[in-house]
Order: sequence, then C-alpha cells, then structure tokens
Amino acid sequence: MSILIKRSTKVSNFAIPVFAIILIALFLVPSQLDFSYQIKFVDLFVLIILATMWNLLAGFGGLVSVGQQAFIGIGAYSLIAFTDIRGFGVIPGLILAAVFTGLLAIPLSFLVFRLKGGYFAIGTWVIAEIIKLITVQFQALGGGAGISLAAFADTEREDRIRFVYLAALVVVIVILVGTFVLMRSRLGLALTAIRDDATAAGTLGVNVTAAQRTVFVLVAMGFGAAGALITLTNLRVQPDDIFSVNYSAIMIFIVVVGGLGTIEGPIVGAILFFLLQDQLRDYGSIYLIILGIFAIVSVLVAPRGIWGFITRNKVSFFPTRYVVTKKKEGK
Amino acid sequence: MVWTNALIQGLLTGGLYALLAAGLSLVFGVMRIVNLAHGDFSILAAFLVLTVAGHTNLWLGTIAVLPVMALLGYSLQRSMLNKSISMGVLSPLLITFAFSIIIQNALLKFFSSDSRSIQTDWLGSASIKINESISIGLLPLLTFSIGVLLTLSIHFYLTRTRGGRAMRATSDDPTAAELVGINNRHIYGLATGIGLFAAGIAGILFGMRTQFSPSLGPIALIFAFEAVIIGGLGSLWGTLLGGIVLGVSQSIGAQINPAFGVLTGHLVFILILLIRPQGLLPKQKGN
Repeated sequence: MSILIKRSTKVSNFAIPVFAIILIALFLVPSQLDFSYQIKFVDLFVLIILATMWNLLAGFGGLVSVGQQAFIGIGAYSLIAFTDIRGFGVIPGLILAAVFTGLLAIPLSFLVFRLKGGYFAIGTWVIAEIIKLITVQFQALGGGAGISLAAFADTEREDRIRFVYLAALVVVIVILVGTFVLMRSRLGLALTAIRDDATAAGTLGVNVTAAQRTVFVLVAMGFGAAGALITLTNLRVQPDDIFSVNYSAIMIFIVVVGGLGTIEGPIVGAILFFLLQDQLRDYGSIYLIILGIFAIVSVLVAPRGIWGFITRNKVSFFPTRYVVTKKKEGK
Repeated sequence: MVWTNALIQGLLTGGLYALLAAGLSLVFGVMRIVNLAHGDFSILAAFLVLTVAGHTNLWLGTIAVLPVMALLGYSLQRSMLNKSISMGVLSPLLITFAFSIIIQNALLKFFSSDSRSIQTDWLGSASIKINESISIGLLPLLTFSIGVLLTLSIHFYLTRTRGGRAMRATSDDPTAAELVGINNRHIYGLATGIGLFAAGIAGILFGMRTQFSPSLGPIALIFAFEAVIIGGLGSLWGTLLGGIVLGVSQSIGAQINPAFGVLTGHLVFILILLIRPQGLLPKQKGN
C-alpha cells in the first residue's frame, strides 16, 4: 500500500495568479490613488504585520505575549537613532531598526523564557514597562516627552507618503512570504508540534526552547519593522503611546477574531478591524470595550475565528499542513 | 536614619503588594490560569467603594463591595472561564486580557481619567511616632496587618477545612478529585471568588493610601506578579515575602532617586529571575 502526501490544496493552486494580480494592483496604488488613501493602506499594512507576527508567536509558537509593544517601541526609537542621530538613510535605518530589535530580543528571551504560560505573558508585559522606563531616562531620545523624526524634513509630503507606502508594502510582503516559508519548513512543523503539546514534541526530538527562541527573535524583528513604519507615518514617537498595551489588545483582537493559527486569519481580521476602526473611533473608550466583548464571544463561540468558521478549515490559500491520504489500489 | 525609615515604609508597602498578589497566586495555584485582569478588578473595587461611600459611608461601602467582588469572581468563573479552561492554555489568557481592557475602558468611560482617592477622615493621617525621624502611618500598618491576616486565613482555609482540602485535591489532580465527588467547576468558582475578594481588599486599601485612576490596573497586576515570582510560585508565605522584598526595593530605590523607585523594584525582580528563578521560598515537593 502506498500513501500520498499533499502540501497544496485545490485553492492554493490558484493562489499564485490571484496574489500576483493583487500585488500588481497594490504597487499601482501610488500612481492611481490620492495620498490620503495611501496613508490608510499603510495603516492596514501595519495592522497585518502586527497580527501576523503575534499569530506566529501565539498561534504557531504557543507563546502568548501581551508585551510585544516592547519591540514596537524599540523599533520606533532605533529608527530615529539610526537615521537622525547616526545619519544613516531611511531605508538602511528601517532595516537596522528591525535587526537591532531582533538582537535585543536574544538576551530578553533568556529572561522571559524562565516563565511559562500565563506568567510568560505578564513577564513580557513587565519587560515592555521596564524598557519604557529606561527609554525615558535618555535625554537624547527626548525623555518622557518623546522625539520627532527629522529625516523627512526636506521631503515633499506626497513624495514622503509614497515612499512610506512602498516601504510598508515591501515589508508586509516580506513578512507574509517569510511566515509562509517558515511555517512550511522544519522549524514550522516543530513549532506546530510544540503548540499542540510541548512535552510530546520534546520527546520526539524537537528542541523546544531553541525553536521557540528562534521564532521569538524573528517575530521581534517584525515588530521592530512595524514600530519603524509607525514612526515613518506619525513622524513622532512618544513613550506612552508607542509602548502602549493597547497595541497588544488590538493585535489579539485581530488574530482571535480573524482566526488563530492560520496565515489567512490575521489578514482577514486586520481588514475587518481596519474597516470597523473608523466607525468605532467615534465612540471613544467604548470602542475598546466593544473589541473586548467581540474577542470574548469569539474565543467561546467560534474559537477558530471568522476564517475557520467560514471555511471550516477546509480552504487554505497558504497551506502549511501535510495531508496524508491512502492511494487506492490499482491506480 | 533615612534608610531605616525607607526600610520600614517599604516593608509596610510590601504588605499591600502581598495583598494584591494573594488572589493572583491562589487562582494560579488552583487552576493554573493567570488572571490578567487581576489588577483591574482591584481598581474596580476602589472605584465601587468610592461611589457607594459617596452615598453612604466608607465602612458600609467596603462591606457592600467586597461580597459583590466575590460574587463577580464566582459568576465570571462559572459562566465563561470554566469553559475556556477546557479549551487549552490560550483561551483563559485571552478572556482575562479582554476583561482587563473592558474594565479599564468602562472605568474610563464612567469616571474619566482623573486621579481620585478614597477619603478616610482621621485614619489616613494618623501615625505612631517612633522617634524624631521615623513615624509609622496607621493605615500602612493596618494594610500590612490585613496582608498577614489574609495570608494566614487562606493558609488556614487550605490546610484545616473541608473546603480547602477539596480545593487542594482539585489543584493536584482534577480528574481524581471529580472521581471522589468533588465538583471542580464549583471549586474553581470559589477560588476566583476568593481571589477577587482579596483583590478587592487590596484595591480599597490602595485607594485609601494613594491616588488612583482607571489606568493603574496593569501596574497593580505587574506588582502582584513580581511579588509572586520573587517569592516563589505556589507558595503563600513566599508571596508575602515577595511583596515585602518588592516594597523594600522600591522604597530604597526611591530614597536614592525619586524617579528610580519602580525601576529598582523591576530590576530586583529581574535579578531574582536570573539567579533564583524558583523564587525565594519555593513550594516544597510533596507539601
């Protein structure tokens, strides 16, 4: 008897032409749409990056964190440090900000990895608070008042926004493709096994801590890039905003409502959140209350999120699983 | 002499942190979930007392609010958290984090972001004078005593009563506990009820001692968490010690430079995590 192992699905065969068309359309946006729309797209891209990274950490890696704003903040401040203070260009600054955030994540991982489960979650939160408290001690970084990005001072507004749009688009593509490739790799399989049962994965020869540390550092780079992109749009960093736990609330909402543990879920959730955002903003603090209630209902009633609920986990544009079927005799 | 004073004040503040941490520690010990909204429930209790006391008086307010907190804990556990526990480790964290966001923003909506405090008439300002430079506030002393008393009561409940024995059994092995007739879902409800009762006491005393606002919940959670980790997971007396160590560290840090108080507490927490991750008084095996 022979078996057949498939990694593609019926829909995924159409995925490449479909995404090629979407990509071409997105690259044409700056020449076709006004810059006010481009800014909105950057917002959406940042949401997709945050949600995809949090999902990689929690949905695939089994590491629930509510302190990833630490890395958003590090990315934001290091962009300013590399471009304005050190004099690198904006693009090298963006790359260096992501790399630097990843490097800082290595020693931090040794601290927080001593905690498990729920205490890991609060541990990351404490780290975010500590990094904020340390950041405001540096007068060169503006202290408690924050600091502005000067790199774009001589650039026309429209040119600047087009530049930021294209940068954000490239980052979001790198992150989505990277996540897809990672999840189909050996490490991705190890992570899925760890999420389902860390002890069992360990006995099967998976190096649990090494795999989780790798994903923690890679994800930190993604958050660093997101922080840098946020700074490129806002042109200003304030410690209380950039290190705000509300970022965690938003990304958890997006991932949980969209669909945890799938690549499509966070994208669907981010688009949904993006569309709701403008309506909800008028409600002030009720806006976050509604998000919280949505998240609770989603966890209890539809734990696989909108994507899992609609597709019943049968449709996958980004298949990362192995589907094993028996070949029929005589075929 | 200023250092002795800092030490004593820190010790007394540590009692408050221990109170904040006791509920968090108990809930984790019984069902292995971390209530990310623990600090927000404390602040909620402070705001509730503020409101009730505005219409009646402080002591009536406290007596009315604490059972409400316990009942709230019990019903949230029975209605939502019990279901989420059966769905894996992720779900309870997501739900309690959502509680945290909801409580914070609901308080913001009803009470605005202004800082407030609970007025205590004479109690807030009364103090015992030891010598020229050291005097002990009556309220901090009361807080510390309540912290020790609550730890003692929970210890007594867990080790000496029938209900406590059932709770320990459920904590050790939920399936076996069920087999001998213990209703785990009820036990979990009780644990969260006691947890929020303790969180309520902590929040009310906190509100009497300092200014508070809706955004303080996460800070309260973080201090409680640091006390638990410094003291050692699963150990009630460890949590009390952890609270005291945290309080003393913050107070000594603030004595060096007023801006360094909270940061020093965090650094001591990190130091303990690095050199003694099991905490100062870890739970003994087979105990």
